[in-house]
Amino acid sequence: MTTIEMRTQAEAQPRRRFFQLDTPAIMVLPGIVFMVVAFAIPVLILVADSFRDAGGFSIGGYRKVLGDPYYIGIIWNSLQLGLITTIGSLLIGYPAAFALSRAPARLQVLLFALIFLPLTVSIIVKTFGLAIMMRRDGILNWLLLNVGFIDRPMRLVFTEFALYFGMINVFLPLMILPIYSVMRQLDPRLTDAAASLGAGPVTTFRRVTLPLTMPGVVAGISLVFSISVAAYVTPGLLIGDRFMTMSQVMAKAYLNIRDFNLGASMAVVMLVIAVTIVFTSTYFAEPASRRGRKG
Amino acid sequence: MIPRLSFALCWVMLSLALLFLFTPIVIVVAVSFTESAVFSFPPQGFSLKWYYSIRNADGLLASAWLSAQVAFISTLISLVLGTLCAIAVVRRMVPGGDVIATFMASPLMIPGLVLGIAFLQAARLVGLNDAYTTLLVAHVVLTMPFIMRTVLASLSMFDFSMVDAARMLGCSYPRALWRVLVPNILPGVMSGALFAFIASFDNYPISIFLVDVHTKTLPIQLLNQLEMSPDPTVAATSALLILATVLALIVCDRLVGLKRMTTI
Repeated sequence: MTTIEMRTQAEAQPRRRFFQLDTPAIMVLPGIVFMVVAFAIPVLILVADSFRDAGGFSIGGYRKVLGDPYYIGIIWNSLQLGLITTIGSLLIGYPAAFALSRAPARLQVLLFALIFLPLTVSIIVKTFGLAIMMRRDGILNWLLLNVGFIDRPMRLVFTEFALYFGMINVFLPLMILPIYSVMRQLDPRLTDAAASLGAGPVTTFRRVTLPLTMPGVVAGISLVFSISVAAYVTPGLLIGDRFMTMSQVMAKAYLNIRDFNLGASMAVVMLVIAVTIVFTSTYFAEPASRRGRKG
Repeated sequence: MIPRLSFALCWVMLSLALLFLFTPIVIVVAVSFTESAVFSFPPQGFSLKWYYSIRNADGLLASAWLSAQVAFISTLISLVLGTLCAIAVVRRMVPGGDVIATFMASPLMIPGLVLGIAFLQAARLVGLNDAYTTLLVAHVVLTMPFIMRTVLASLSMFDFSMVDAARMLGCSYPRALWRVLVPNILPGVMSGALFAFIASFDNYPISIFLVDVHTKTLPIQLLNQLEMSPDPTVAATSALLILATVLALIVCDRLVGLKRMTTI
């Protein structure tokens, strides 16, 4: 007993001092240096490249991307894709998340797992399934025929309907999960209290449920919008070149036509959109009271 | 009346959402068992021939192996670099911890294609021609945010006085971290590592700029195959992928509990 104590004291003293001096740097630096070299610098180079072409400094890429109606239309397509996917997901996701949060405990775990599972399935696999679904002899046409909505199979693949149907399918869980995680913590007694104080169901929803679940809604919206605005695989497979987005232009600029200046400018525009979404959503995710104090 | 009705409506919505989410997945699995080479509904016949044809399909197995390697190694590197960094941040050993944490997690905010282009340009600039190395470096950046977020969350619930206690009892600092800290935060870290692995394994937008003819990851190969010769071999591969994901989730659920895994 005493020998062990003596030994540890003798050893621990100098060792501790040594590590207290050097450990923080040893622990932090490898990660940070790696991320600066492999991530921050490449992104900065990309930004610099967008201002440069074969002849040196140039804003030609931006003049093209932000001045040519064709490319403005493409930026608008991307924003529209993000917007419609987000709205569609919200309209389905909010009520679904509400039902999920009110489910009995054991069922809730199962339902939660079922919503979560599709997120872990590869996007390519899901989009492949969607494409098969929407073939002329696919299940969707079969369903519509048998219900009697249509009398002959419709062409669904490569239409905007297919695009949005697929996009919402792929990104819906990203809307449901954040809303659910906030709704789960919502005390049901609050709505009961509002009702007992004379508020109608609509008022209760508008004045109690909706404001309290707003952080989840904001998180879901920013997540779905920022991912769907930049989506590449799903639009590529479901609608292809009929609906050009910024992602398609960027990929083509680098992989096919080798117009790096155009690609880099488009990439920076997308980067700005992505960063704007993040900052806007962190602003709105803060409780309104705190926001007011700050501003 | 209105609350009851709207509540019922919410349930209808949830059921429809689940049906909607699972239909494509179920269809892929169903198609993988058909006999015919076209994907019609309802599927005709039953056969496993498309599963056998995976072996003969050009490069599917090789690309799956490459994807697994890249995902495993990059997740491992992120785990080591990210965990060390997160410990220092949580213990306030370095100034500007919040900035460091945000920086390390920021690749998640940037669209995949933008990252892919940035990596491509940078690799060209320094003359890095080896697709394998480039993929690996890019995927470490891709997986880092997942590791950072889960490790930071797990560490914030860990009581560091236990490490101090171990050191007082004679453990060296690295040894105390290994024997006391690691077992405690392992469940959270494992779930982060699983997500990181999946994110890397499934990644298309970053990898597409970095692959070459001989080094193709599975998502690239799958999409190629889909565009060139879509036959149920792709469906069979997809079905196996779905099976692997479900198994991984079940194992993780047993180890950590799905609930805890996703709230972090």
